[in-house]
Amino acid sequence: MKFIKFLVLGVIFGIVMTKSEAVSWFRIQEMFRFQAFHMYGIIGTAVTLGVAGVALIKKFKIRDFSGNQILFSPKDNSVYRYLVGGTIFGLGWALGGACPGPMVVNVGYGYWAMAIVFFFALIGTYLYGVLKSKLPH
Amino acid sequence: MIEFITQPWPWWFSGLMISGIMFFLLFFGQSFGFSSNLRTICAAAGLGKTNKFFDFNWRGQIWNIVFLIGAVLGGFLTKQFLDTGAPVQISQETIQDLSKLGISEPESLQPTEIFGTDAMFSLKGFLILAIAGLMVGFGSRYAGGCTSGHAISGLSDLQFPSLIAVIGFFVGGLIMTFLIMPLIF
Repeated sequence: MKFIKFLVLGVIFGIVMTKSEAVSWFRIQEMFRFQAFHMYGIIGTAVTLGVAGVALIKKFKIRDFSGNQILFSPKDNSVYRYLVGGTIFGLGWALGGACPGPMVVNVGYGYWAMAIVFFFALIGTYLYGVLKSKLPH
Repeated sequence: MIEFITQPWPWWFSGLMISGIMFFLLFFGQSFGFSSNLRTICAAAGLGKTNKFFDFNWRGQIWNIVFLIGAVLGGFLTKQFLDTGAPVQISQETIQDLSKLGISEPESLQPTEIFGTDAMFSLKGFLILAIAGLMVGFGSRYAGGCTSGHAISGLSDLQFPSLIAVIGFFVGGLIMTFLIMPLIF
């Protein structure tokens, strides 16, 4: 039962991402070609509200539903891994037109080809695990 | 009302809802980051036996797998009940640019040249899907997050590493769009 709330949030995520066309390969191409505001509007709105909300959570030390203070852990300081890893991610994002969330939403929608993309994303993650110790971070 | 629901939803509403999902996850003691699921699935599949990167308490991440199942269900429910199946309303310039690559204008959510059955079962089409997936899976773990973890959660917390990652997302996206895609399509 304790997982039902996450199922509901996932369903809302899937519906919103599909209804706003953010799971479409066409929309990702339009974004990388800077030919419409749509995707920038979605991400920009989410980040603007996010920055305001996170600042409020920190200022008023807001607690979660089980009474623990909501904390944010800073990510490891580096440039290389974020820039190189991010660039590899971006190459795949533009080619497949989907990041991991939209991949599975597409599978639910009926695009079975996205299941191939998702399966290979699992293999890609595994490859990272194999090569992790040899990669500069 | 029904008409409003079946129309595409505006960007501001989508952005509002996505930040809402992030805040609800924080309130439930978790955080919004979808690509962690890829590592969790590898761990749940038993790959921790051969590689220590996948040897962790993945059961603590079940909530995120449930979120993933919800996302699949959300896509399914939209297709069944909330959708007109209308073509994606992208700009005329994008339609023209894509036609030069041999991608015809939208007839639904996705281009049939990439996600149709014919493409999926051709060697070139399969390789495109596979390589895209490989790069997303490898890159997201190398960068420590994807669009949700870095662009939404990380930027909301004003994390400098997330800004670098998002710049990387765009460097890669632009190289693919303008330099590589004209060569492969």
